[in-house]
Amino acid sequence: MEAFAAESGGMPQLNPEFWISQIFWLTITFGILYVVLSKLILPKISANLEIRKLQIVENIEAAEKQREQSELNIAEYEKIVQNSKDEAKSYFKQAREKLLKGINLKKDALDKELNEEIQKAESEIQELKDKAPEKINKIAVETSADLLHQLIGAEVNNSSISAIVDDLSRRKMGEYYGN
Amino acid sequence: MATNPMHQFEVYRIGPEIKLGAIDISFTNASLFMVISSLAILLIFNLGSKKNSLLPSKVQLLAELSYSFVSKMISDTAGSKAKPYFAFIFSLFMFVLFCNMFGMIPYAFTVTSHIIVTFILASFIFVGVTIIGFMKHGLGYLKLFVPSGVPVVLLPLIVVIEIISYLSRPVSLSVRLFANMMAGHTMMKVFGGFVISLGIVGGWLPLSFSVALTGLEILVAFLQAYVFAILTCIYLNDALNLHH
Repeated sequence: MEAFAAESGGMPQLNPEFWISQIFWLTITFGILYVVLSKLILPKISANLEIRKLQIVENIEAAEKQREQSELNIAEYEKIVQNSKDEAKSYFKQAREKLLKGINLKKDALDKELNEEIQKAESEIQELKDKAPEKINKIAVETSADLLHQLIGAEVNNSSISAIVDDLSRRKMGEYYGN
Repeated sequence: MATNPMHQFEVYRIGPEIKLGAIDISFTNASLFMVISSLAILLIFNLGSKKNSLLPSKVQLLAELSYSFVSKMISDTAGSKAKPYFAFIFSLFMFVLFCNMFGMIPYAFTVTSHIIVTFILASFIFVGVTIIGFMKHGLGYLKLFVPSGVPVVLLPLIVVIEIISYLSRPVSLSVRLFANMMAGHTMMKVFGGFVISLGIVGGWLPLSFSVALTGLEILVAFLQAYVFAILTCIYLNDALNLHH
């Protein structure tokens, strides 16, 4: 404390008493600090930063790859969906055609049957039409003979009556049957 | 004695007197804070570099941000050629910064408030930079004192000025740091003394001033460490990339 008392007016910094000691300890501490930092710690920090950078770049690359893969997957998926749509459409079309074909076939068969029926009926009608005048003539002849017999009591020859009836019916044929 | 603002800069022996021959190299409070600062730096940066996780912990982030900060400072001012000196400038910046910051703790000793410490650091830088300059450029390094594009008439004067400014580098570098630290700490002590002497009635004004000064001094502590490191980079740049 005597030294301090002597220096108390001025700056302790200018008291050379401990200058050598300060230089010595500065050299020791700063030297050790420099050696440990430069040889051990700073290379580690540098490596850490480098590794981190690499890792981040790697992760970004991996993410990019996965994104591309997912895009491919989406394209594939869309293709599959489109294919199934097309397939469904073609199935529908086929079924429709098959159904229409079946309907047409049945329709044709039915038409044919109907035509046959119609023809049959028409031919029957024709037959009936053809036979009708003869029967009518016969009935006319018989009734005429009966009427004549009851009216005048005379037997008239059937052949002469039928000749008259034939003649009449031939003349009136057009009026009755519209042929 | 406690009110003497210069008392905080007093160096005293801790433990026994150590003599190396006739030279006194006793362990002092200054030595203690050099050791504390260095150990703190080593501890923090060792913790910050121990394990490398993709999401850094706070200490790791601190270490890595400091690393990038100094790395960028060097490459911005001295270019890529200064890479081999990165570790030195990093140690220098951290040492000065931690010594300054530990000095901000009340009753702590500020290592960098002593001219002998800053002068030794600055001289080492000066000598180192000069050696690097002569090793890289030989005698061509002397061209540093002859700026290009100066009229021949003015040349003798300019060269003398350049040489003086070059030689004063260690002085300006060391005095800047030392004076800043000493002035700041003295001022804080003076205002602290006012708080006591003015008492409960008038002490509030110097107290608030003291609080503001503490903030300012923390800024100065960082800034002076930064200035010290960046000037070292600029001197190194002169030595590495000679173009004046």
